[in-house]
Amino acid sequence: MWWIRLKALIIKELLAILRDPKSRLILIGPPIIQLVVFSYAATLEVKNVDIMVLNRDAGSWGQELTEQIAGAPTFRSITHTEDPATAREAIDRQRVIAAVQIGPSFSRDVEAGRPAEIQIILDGRRSNASQIVAGYLNQIVASVAADTSAGKQASPAEISVVARNWFNPNLIFQWFMVPNLIASIALLIGLIVTALSIARERELGTFDQLMVSPLRTHEILIGKLTPPMMIGMFHMTIYILAAVFLFGVPLRGSLLLLYGSAIVYLAAVVGLGLFISALSMTQQQAILGAFLFMVPAMLLSGFATPIENMPGWLQPVTLVNPLRYFLVIVKGVFLRDIPASEVLANTIPLALIAIVTLTAASWLFRRRLE
Amino acid sequence: MSARAAKAEHAAADFVRLTDVIKRFGSAPPALDGIEGRIRGGEITGLVGPDGAGKTTLIRLMTGLMLPDSGTIEVLGFDTRQNPTAIQAAIGYMPQRFGLYEDLSVQENLDLYADLRGLPKAERPAVYDELLTFTDLKRFTGRLAGKLSGGMKQKLGLACALLKKPRLLLLDEPGVGVDPISRRDLWKMVEDLTREGIGVVWSTAYLDEAEMCDNVFLLNQGKLLFTGPPAGLTSRVDDRVFKLTGLTGRRRPILAKTLELSGVIDGVIQGEAIRLVLAPGAKSPVETEIGSKLRLVPATPRFEDAFVDMLGGGPGGWSKLADATTKLPSDGGRPVIVAHGLTKRFGDFTAADDITFEIPRGEIFGLLGPNGAGKSTTFKMLCGLLKPTEGEGRVAGFDLRRDTAEARNRLGYMAQKFSLYGDLSIAQNLAFFAGVYGLNGRRKRERIALMTEIFEFAPHADMSAKDLPLGLKQRLALACAVMHEPEALFLDEPTSGVDPIMRREFWTHINGLVEKGVTVLVTTHFMEEAEYCDRISLIYRGRSIALGSPDELKARVASKDNPDPTMEDAFITLVQESEAEAVTA
Amino acid sequence: MSDSRRLDRVRRLAALVRKETYQVIRDPSSILIAFVLPLILLFLFGYGVSLDATRTRIGLVVEDPTPVTRDLAASFQASRYFEVVNGNDRREFEEDLITSRVRGIVVIPATFAADYAAGTSPAIQVIVDGSDPNTASFVQNYARGVVANWAALRGADAAARPPAISVEQRFWFNPQLTSRFFLVPGSIAIVMTLVGTLLTSLVVAREWERGTMEAIMATPVTAAELLIGKILPYFILGLASMTLCMLLAIFLFGVPFRGSILALYALSASFLVPALGQGLLISAATKNQFLASQLALLSAFLPAFLLSGFLFEINSMPTVIQWITTVVPARYFISSLQTVFLAGDIWPLFLQAIAVMLLIGAVFFALAARSTRKRIG
Repeated sequence: MWWIRLKALIIKELLAILRDPKSRLILIGPPIIQLVVFSYAATLEVKNVDIMVLNRDAGSWGQELTEQIAGAPTFRSITHTEDPATAREAIDRQRVIAAVQIGPSFSRDVEAGRPAEIQIILDGRRSNASQIVAGYLNQIVASVAADTSAGKQASPAEISVVARNWFNPNLIFQWFMVPNLIASIALLIGLIVTALSIARERELGTFDQLMVSPLRTHEILIGKLTPPMMIGMFHMTIYILAAVFLFGVPLRGSLLLLYGSAIVYLAAVVGLGLFISALSMTQQQAILGAFLFMVPAMLLSGFATPIENMPGWLQPVTLVNPLRYFLVIVKGVFLRDIPASEVLANTIPLALIAIVTLTAASWLFRRRLE
Repeated sequence: MSARAAKAEHAAADFVRLTDVIKRFGSAPPALDGIEGRIRGGEITGLVGPDGAGKTTLIRLMTGLMLPDSGTIEVLGFDTRQNPTAIQAAIGYMPQRFGLYEDLSVQENLDLYADLRGLPKAERPAVYDELLTFTDLKRFTGRLAGKLSGGMKQKLGLACALLKKPRLLLLDEPGVGVDPISRRDLWKMVEDLTREGIGVVWSTAYLDEAEMCDNVFLLNQGKLLFTGPPAGLTSRVDDRVFKLTGLTGRRRPILAKTLELSGVIDGVIQGEAIRLVLAPGAKSPVETEIGSKLRLVPATPRFEDAFVDMLGGGPGGWSKLADATTKLPSDGGRPVIVAHGLTKRFGDFTAADDITFEIPRGEIFGLLGPNGAGKSTTFKMLCGLLKPTEGEGRVAGFDLRRDTAEARNRLGYMAQKFSLYGDLSIAQNLAFFAGVYGLNGRRKRERIALMTEIFEFAPHADMSAKDLPLGLKQRLALACAVMHEPEALFLDEPTSGVDPIMRREFWTHINGLVEKGVTVLVTTHFMEEAEYCDRISLIYRGRSIALGSPDELKARVASKDNPDPTMEDAFITLVQESEAEAVTA
Repeated sequence: MSDSRRLDRVRRLAALVRKETYQVIRDPSSILIAFVLPLILLFLFGYGVSLDATRTRIGLVVEDPTPVTRDLAASFQASRYFEVVNGNDRREFEEDLITSRVRGIVVIPATFAADYAAGTSPAIQVIVDGSDPNTASFVQNYARGVVANWAALRGADAAARPPAISVEQRFWFNPQLTSRFFLVPGSIAIVMTLVGTLLTSLVVAREWERGTMEAIMATPVTAAELLIGKILPYFILGLASMTLCMLLAIFLFGVPFRGSILALYALSASFLVPALGQGLLISAATKNQFLASQLALLSAFLPAFLLSGFLFEINSMPTVIQWITTVVPARYFISSLQTVFLAGDIWPLFLQAIAVMLLIGAVFFALAARSTRKRIG
């Protein structure tokens, strides 16, 4: 008997979300646009930046250094100037991110084997980008230095550091971003759809209709959480396909593990949504509640910055954030083929979150009827 | 020519002139189609018609907030196209839901509209004093508008529209969601205004309100069916309206039978009697056909009688739905719905206080009362939506809060706003409700097919429920509520805003079901619906202040001045009596 | 226009503004968006989210402990950027690298000591977790730094010469490269987007939903008064919210404030023009709170976050997306905010930003005014 009721409810929920063209559009369009736009836009790489060179050196070494800088792919345009004031102004007004100053005695010093010096001024307002630009410039300078006679006869103990990037040899940023977005967008969709589902019925007055029907509270809850999970799964599948075929992210681990944990993740997300929904009386409150949870959840997930970089007192807060665990799983399964035990270790907290939020939601639900 | 018409003759010049007004939305049939007419000062002009007739659109066109697709509208001498600003400066407008800011206090709402309408500071104390006295809101100036009752909100809305005495006052459904007492108060206030020469436009779906207007515009599906004094319409059924009295036993089968007779245009249950409208020239076949003990007494025609007559009569008395319903076995007179000492407290506020009644099988029981009196609370406790603080409610022997799906399978529920899933089609709604009530396989297909046939859903099966016309929505709501053949039906204001024809069709089905042994609990503050009940409990301030059949309640308030009180009179008098008792106690 | 009509006009406007103010004060959800959410955001950016690399955990493998390699290892252990776990074989750490228990492995090979002594280009190996390219680069760079320092110190011991070319680098405005210093001013723009666009679009949509818009429109109020009456309170609320953020930024988070208050307010006021215009436009177009919130999220909040240069470098984005960013007002506001806090008053930069923001705002307002004529339906 109960499965007939449940089936009817699940079908109804799916239709209610997907039958209206406008809501279908809102549900399917933006997430896909977001995936494409943000995976290209959200990059911490630095390229296409502009640099100014203030070369007061007449010799060939200054020329050599300038050419090397100009040849680097990171930099879009190199402007030359003679005037330090111009350089200052260009940085002030954010026309260039860095200015390289080569002093008049640079070539002479190099040729004489004296320690030569250059200065780099960077815009600290964009300190991230500046830091990376500084790194590039230092490498260029080092390679020029190696060609100098002083460099060639430099201490034979010059130590080379051989770096190898596992899992992502060319450090392609999208390989990092796309798996992150898969987890985040699923959170966004799942949370909003579920949070609104009960609030909408409450506003339209259909909620009482459900409550007087033979459906029991737990059946209503299951009926409410299954469709958003199905929609979440649908989105995940699209994203995974896009990740592999559009962005070329290698899928090294087991798809089965990914899907298995995704179900638990979605259950936790939907549980949170249901909790917010049970807590709010109107759609506006539900939207706001979802928002209030989402923003901190994104920031405290390890997406933008590693959790271990957060202050110690803040780290425990992230323990209740389902995104945190699923990010580890998605990134791990995609690129690093993490072992099943590791997936499991991150799935258990998700299951706990799901259980707690669903219990709380059904408790709130019943209490609302008093 | 009637006295009223004579008065109109001397009234001020035309305030509104409508010339061949057409307004369309999208590709649907025009919302207003060729409306012509004049609205004069010093009168109440009723815009009358069911939901979706085009009343709101016509009012919005008069405010200049909307423009017609063709035709012209002249308000107070200004064309709405050319000079909306001048119009807006001279009218008062109260939209549906009154246009109040719920998070502002009464005084702040008044201040806001006084500033917006440019009421000089010096005049304010006097105007405020007058309006607050007039609306009896003086005690509540500091209260937030959202915390006022429906009737008080409506009065405040009116006060806001009257701040700078308008020449024309436009009121869009001021009577909706407001109990009869507040409606009557409001009517008196507006009548006073017309004496000062103000023109009033009052839109309503209640035909009894229409009857009191000086002039009416009767609209149906965008078409103007009638304009003129209501008596002009009522006169078409003069000498054709009767009351069938002396009924013994069950009235509903008699009504059903009567409606099937050839000379009968319309018939409704009115307490113990049946009200009939006969075809012109029809000899009253009633006595011979139905039973000789019955008497046919002439009755005063009402606007509604004429309206139904004009639309070609009611739907007949035979319910296919009831025919297809299996008769429930009688079980020795055990009551189906029982309320025993039902009490609900929210904090120190008692919303329902010791409510007790029993409804036997095959009876329609009404919960009647003003807004916020506790009838919804009682209703919700009985169908298991609220937990009583004390006492208990039982349906078919089950406590719906504790007992399982089985118990809830025995009741059907239909709420005020036809709470269907608007984004789902008719077929999908039917399938959903069938499934939720555990119908499966062949039985599910059969029941859905049956409902589709009875209510003629087939041509619209794929339309979204929210896009359906009101009448179809109501049919669908009923179909969903009875699909699983419940023993008890819970109806929450089932026909408010619906046109009289649709309402008759609905009650024909309900009457038929009741004859098959279905028990019905209905809440309403709509007097027409109250008349259909076998018994009524009048709820006021959380308590049941009167319980009895409609005629018993009416009899209780009959007096020398009013020997034949209406249901509304009964309601108002009983509530006032109770109020007076409370004051003395 | 006669004096009395002008007076009416002022009075109507004042009434609308007063009404809106009461509503803001009484509705907990506006307060939540205007003051509580900003606090949470600022707090998270001030304390929680930091792009500065702090101590990263790495595995350190010394394949052949000799005095030289132990000395190099000690440099790693002493580095403030690394939290070192010691091991003898890189395979010990491979599992840890897969499960992110370490972010990188530094291997000092068995041949290192010999090569170093012989002067035949000794090498060390750094294996990093490329699945997080950012951390990977940090680990690489800091490992290089440690090695270079160590070599320089050893070289100094051995009286070796200084490097052939030395680089003196200076980060202007934020010498310590504290990420909080640019994240906190940037998040002011996010907060103001919330107040200006999300909140405004919600409250206007709410008026449509509740039917009050219709009642107001049927009074002598003009469309312009209606718009201004709606905007002014949120303009002030936006500035109040900004003031709160500014005070927190300066006094709680210790962000330097090198510009002038005048410039900050001029910039904020100019930013509010497009933000409010966008809010009005969204609500006029949807008249529905749910759609309004979705559109505001999609067209204002997320772009302010991701397409504004706040977290991600605009120059590095694909060209098409760079075009999109040119119409994101937050882009101009954020760089100006960072400048006014960290660099000082650079008016040519500000004036250009103000001009662009006002231009975008003018377009939004023109569109909003078109759809908010005194008409319904």
